[in-house]
Amino acid sequence: MNIVVIGLNHTTAPVEIREKLAFSEDRIQHALATLMKHDGICESFILSTCNRVEIYACVQDCECGVDHIKKFLARYHTVPSSILEESLYVHTGEQGIKHLFRVASSLDSLVVGEPQILGQLKDAFDSALDVKATGLILNKLIKKAISVAKRVRTETRISESGVSIGFAAVELAKKIFGNLEGKTAMLLGAGDMAERAARHLQDNGIRSVLVVNRTFDRAVELAREFHGSAVPFEQFSSELMMADIVICSTGARGFLVFPEMVSTAIKERRSKPMFFIDISVPRNIDPRVNDLDNAFLYTIDDLEGIVSLNKEGRAREAKKAEKIVQQEIKTYLQWEQSLDAVPVIVDLREHMEEIRKRELRKALAQLKGITDKQRNVIESMSAAIVNKIAHTPAVVLKKTAAHEDGTEWLSFARTLFNLDGQKRILKKIKKNSESKRSD
Amino acid sequence: MNIPFFHLAMGAYALGAFGYIVFILKPAIPRIAFFSRWTAVAGFLFHLGYFLSRWIESGRIPITSFFEAANFLGMGIVLVFLLMEFRFAIAALGSFVLPLVLILMLPVLPASSAINYVNPLLASGWLGVHTSLTILGDAAFAFSFIVSLMYLIQERQLKARHHGILFDRLPSLEMMDTLSYRALVLGWPLFTLGMFAGAVWGSKVWGAAWSWGLKETWSIATWLVYLLILHLRSMKWRGRKMACMSIIGFIFVIINFYVISRIPMGKHTF
Repeated sequence: MNIVVIGLNHTTAPVEIREKLAFSEDRIQHALATLMKHDGICESFILSTCNRVEIYACVQDCECGVDHIKKFLARYHTVPSSILEESLYVHTGEQGIKHLFRVASSLDSLVVGEPQILGQLKDAFDSALDVKATGLILNKLIKKAISVAKRVRTETRISESGVSIGFAAVELAKKIFGNLEGKTAMLLGAGDMAERAARHLQDNGIRSVLVVNRTFDRAVELAREFHGSAVPFEQFSSELMMADIVICSTGARGFLVFPEMVSTAIKERRSKPMFFIDISVPRNIDPRVNDLDNAFLYTIDDLEGIVSLNKEGRAREAKKAEKIVQQEIKTYLQWEQSLDAVPVIVDLREHMEEIRKRELRKALAQLKGITDKQRNVIESMSAAIVNKIAHTPAVVLKKTAAHEDGTEWLSFARTLFNLDGQKRILKKIKKNSESKRSD
Repeated sequence: MNIPFFHLAMGAYALGAFGYIVFILKPAIPRIAFFSRWTAVAGFLFHLGYFLSRWIESGRIPITSFFEAANFLGMGIVLVFLLMEFRFAIAALGSFVLPLVLILMLPVLPASSAINYVNPLLASGWLGVHTSLTILGDAAFAFSFIVSLMYLIQERQLKARHHGILFDRLPSLEMMDTLSYRALVLGWPLFTLGMFAGAVWGSKVWGAAWSWGLKETWSIATWLVYLLILHLRSMKWRGRKMACMSIIGFIFVIINFYVISRIPMGKHTF
């Protein structure tokens, strides 16, 4: 059983491609059902957010599974596989596990530490559970990922930035505008951090919020939340003059806001100052905007420089988080390895049960004229003996299987209890001695 | 009696300036801004005491010598400052305004503080109107200059995203931009009226409303500079450019007050 991850995110694919490959909420379950039709895929799970589309699967054969999932993505979204190939990444085994843990802990996010991803992961897991697309392995893995994320959140200060950015934005806005009463904010693109910052501004008196999003429906939805108005993406530059504060957090790979645009807007607003907050990575606002009179541009790093958690602090916290991820990968792998003991234990129990039944039959055949009660006593005694004897080896095997030399212990147990049958053992011994001779 | 008042006023201003500077640099001391503000109020009252006692002693409005004019300018600036400080509670203003007042008072120290003789021909009510209005206009310009200077400091810190020790104490850009503009809106009409009063006075005394002396020419240039600034403001100029313009305007005022007036030419020479 192998874990594979195939996907793309904000670093490997531009928003145009991500949009094409995204699975809408109502189609995720259909997609999972389609994917599961393939024999080689035992379990699967789709995580689709605005910054990433990833398929996690448990496959019998890595190569085969990866190949199939890639084909599925291309077919399902009718995207030529040549385009897909450029932006997809593939992680298998331990790398795949690490990837999921990092994603859940928001270490792989556009804005490291943003908390939204965990909720998205939980939602995606729920819809996979609904159609029973996940099983023993992925269930355990995703639950583990969620607990890792929680641990990262409580043990490091990485998620604090979301709160502090809102705080810093308000403090700076006050230094520019004095009073935020009656001012207008524009949300260019939506992300959890931008929304939080906007909410914080609103709490401090911002009157209206303009929401711009590539997906207009999303803009309308958000605008309703803020009691603001939605602006179609194509029109944002003409509406720019309305905004005193612009919070930009799109996933676009290049600049969206240029100095010419801003200088026109500032002229139109009779030189009233504008405050730009660019929390997108990569930047969406041309840094030259800051050179314009009455325009002030701050990026996420600048904002964090203002609140105590500075860039170095963030890097240090991220390092701590990576350490936690590494530790948790180890415990997960131990669990996965302990699964190897399961077939051995099952065989052991079956083997003992067979012996018990055989011997019980022999014994009962000799004891004639016993009552049903006596018969029951003898039967349950035999079962108890077998259970007691099998218990310790089963526990020990489960424990030792998780260790490095676990497989040796397992094959030793097979030999010791003659689980593979007399003939096979003899063959093995013969082979071993032959190979030793040839050495 | 007026000179001890003058010294008391200067002492209080110096103490207030010191307090305000400590306030802006060391935010931890409680009530230092409160203390400085009331020290400045005391300074102003002493200054007023100087002004009134000198008026009584000389029997005419004491704005006729260099010493008196500079004092009146200082008083005017402190008055505008105190009004703004009580209205908007911007303590940081004091850290800039009071030192400026002290600096502006420095050049009078070597000048004579003795009560000078004024030709009774000239000492009509128009003299007081002319001098007080133009100097109050200058005081408003000085206030605008100081706020513009603070604006530039704050704007620079915001642009550079490097926030120095003054950052927290300085008010918002919008506030300083508005204050600077309001001071100009206050100062320009005062200055205009003052010049007008001068023309009326001149026509009464000399029979000519305007003579193109150095002082008059420079004043009209200053007046035009501020007119231009107000015009630019109506043309949507704001922020840094406006602040720079206000500073340029004040350079004209300073030259007028401290250089042109000292050149022994024409009737304005102190």
